[in-house]
Amino acid sequence: MSGLQIDKLSMRFDLPNGSSVQALKDVSLDLKAGELLSVLGPSGCGKTTLLNIVAGFLAPTEGQIILNEHTVTGPAAERGMVFQQGALFEWMSVRENVGFGPSMKGMPKAEKTEIVDHLLDVVGLQDFKEKAVYELSGGMQQRVALARCLANEPDVILMDEPLGALDALTREKMQGLVLKLWKETGKTIILITHSVEEALLLGERLIVMAPRPGRIHTEYRLPFAEMGVGQDLREVKKHPKFAEVREEILGMIWDMEEEIMGRTEDA
Amino acid sequence: MELLGNLWGELWAVLTTLFAAAPYIIGYILIILLMMVIWSGVKRLLTPKHDYGSLKTVTFGDESAVTSNTVASVVSIVLIFVFWGAFTGSKLLPGFLHAPGPFVGEGSFEYTITTPAGETDTAMVSVVVHPATQETAAPEVEPGDGIAKNDSTAIASYRSALLRVDRNDDMGRDEETFITAVDGQAIAPGGSVDVAFGRVAMSEKGTLNIVPATGLQMEPIWLPAPEAVWSRLGEIATVGYRNSTLAEHLGYSLFRVIVGFLLGAIVGIPLGYAMGLSNWFRGWFDPIVEFMRPVPPLALIPLVIIWAGIGEVGKIILLFLAALWIMAIAARSGVSGVRISKVHAAYSLGASKWQIMRHVIIPNSLPEIFTGARVAMGVCWGTVVAAELVAAEKGAGMMIMVASKFQSTDIVLMGIILIGIIGFSIDMLMRQAEKWLVPWKGKG
Repeated sequence: MSGLQIDKLSMRFDLPNGSSVQALKDVSLDLKAGELLSVLGPSGCGKTTLLNIVAGFLAPTEGQIILNEHTVTGPAAERGMVFQQGALFEWMSVRENVGFGPSMKGMPKAEKTEIVDHLLDVVGLQDFKEKAVYELSGGMQQRVALARCLANEPDVILMDEPLGALDALTREKMQGLVLKLWKETGKTIILITHSVEEALLLGERLIVMAPRPGRIHTEYRLPFAEMGVGQDLREVKKHPKFAEVREEILGMIWDMEEEIMGRTEDA
Repeated sequence: MELLGNLWGELWAVLTTLFAAAPYIIGYILIILLMMVIWSGVKRLLTPKHDYGSLKTVTFGDESAVTSNTVASVVSIVLIFVFWGAFTGSKLLPGFLHAPGPFVGEGSFEYTITTPAGETDTAMVSVVVHPATQETAAPEVEPGDGIAKNDSTAIASYRSALLRVDRNDDMGRDEETFITAVDGQAIAPGGSVDVAFGRVAMSEKGTLNIVPATGLQMEPIWLPAPEAVWSRLGEIATVGYRNSTLAEHLGYSLFRVIVGFLLGAIVGIPLGYAMGLSNWFRGWFDPIVEFMRPVPPLALIPLVIIWAGIGEVGKIILLFLAALWIMAIAARSGVSGVRISKVHAAYSLGASKWQIMRHVIIPNSLPEIFTGARVAMGVCWGTVVAAELVAAEKGAGMMIMVASKFQSTDIVLMGIILIGIIGFSIDMLMRQAEKWLVPWKGKG
């Protein structure tokens, strides 16, 4: 079967002082092709570790990641990644950044230009293609990062708080763009975020992780992503179910934070 | 304790010199401050500016509100030349700006002798003070009458002359007849009397030492006038100095710097990359690089001379070593400074190790390498001049060192100015190259 299987993933590493940290314990998850999963959790719950393992930047101590029926052993073009900020290559123009993946594959120039032009149209940066990336605003830079990732035609897109550094208004626009791209391209997406609202808006599936050891606490299947494709995200937020789930998750994370604080004080 | 005493003596000597210079320094500062006040008055008369900066009400403490004032810079440079000209009697300056010059011309004073019997007699001494370049004979004078006879002497300006005025007198020191006054003022061995054209002192043995006033101007042998330096520049540019033209001297120095720097960069940059990318290389070279970096390249000159002599090879080895560590460290920190998310992004876009090197690590390290190159070029330029001071057959440093041995202060000054201009130009060129080649510097 195709799709992404996260299979009993555990991650444990030793600290210099002799103790060890259990960053993840028995995390299992099945993601069908084209699903959008958002991951929430308090800091230290292992969500970034999870994403880094899926990307292939870290090897788990137990368990495995299976994508399209083969085990992940390292980073590869099939799993694209969008970072929070500063992962664009500032020595390249917008066009060169977006065309980076195809260039690395040695794609013929004409074909590459076509892909890049198309994606710049999609993210609305056609007029900026010869600009240096540091001349763009934060929101535009993240649109370049999205386009760069899509240009490589990955099976899975991993997003590590891609909108975290943007201002509220830009962030809302970008959330709409992410939904639109998800629907148009049909990619499997894993999105890590700190914002409960963003996780609800974008997550077709949503997992809340708990810390020490990092594990999946609760899983939701939500209708809001589908709703958001057709209408204004602000309308989606007015849905009574939206507020209800948001309060529930906020309470859940609040309790976890309390528990961590309590434990730290005991120790 | 003796050491402490000696050091205290040295410190005292330094402080005394500084105090002696203090009036001039204070005068300079006062002139600059005066200019500031004048300029702020002039500015008020000009059309007021309405850009963003001039609308700020808080400027004291706001770093961005402080920019270099062009007027102050121009005043600063002009003043340096005005002072230089004023204290050297430059012909480029109108005479009223000149500091008082040395006395030149004719003067005279009267001396009085006293015989053992208590008789006194006076005689005149005529003094001609002439410029050092213009030989002048002592004027003929009538001996006059009485025991004491008139004398005359010629003295070059800035010099003094011992004159035994009693030699032609009827009674001299052998007859226990001594000079007791100059221009009517009593004088004794070791003392002195001010006269119209300067000062007359008496040595322990009773001989008069005639010291014409030197004024406040510098003798050309200590500080030549700007136009003298300029004309010497023209002369050395065409005729040359020590068998080489100016272009050859400077060309050799630049050649050494460029070759030494390029060799240092060619070896240092890959070394730095290796140190930034491999534990083993980092461990291998860290002790060497960290030890060699704080050793001033100048300290290597003696060893390089012993090993490689004073020819081009030795100089280039020295400059190679000066540039090598700086470039290696710059390349290493350029590699270490790459954001891991950029490398991760490149990997997940399907780049191979070699492609990451070529498209991420190298471009990312270029700003650091350029900063290192600027530092290295500056250090190399300083080192080559110092190495040439020690031993060389050609070069800017050699030129000023040899000139100093012959008291050719004009050549020394010209050389220092040229060395400064070249060093400054190198830095400006490197900055310009940086702007063109790594426009993304500091934008990551």
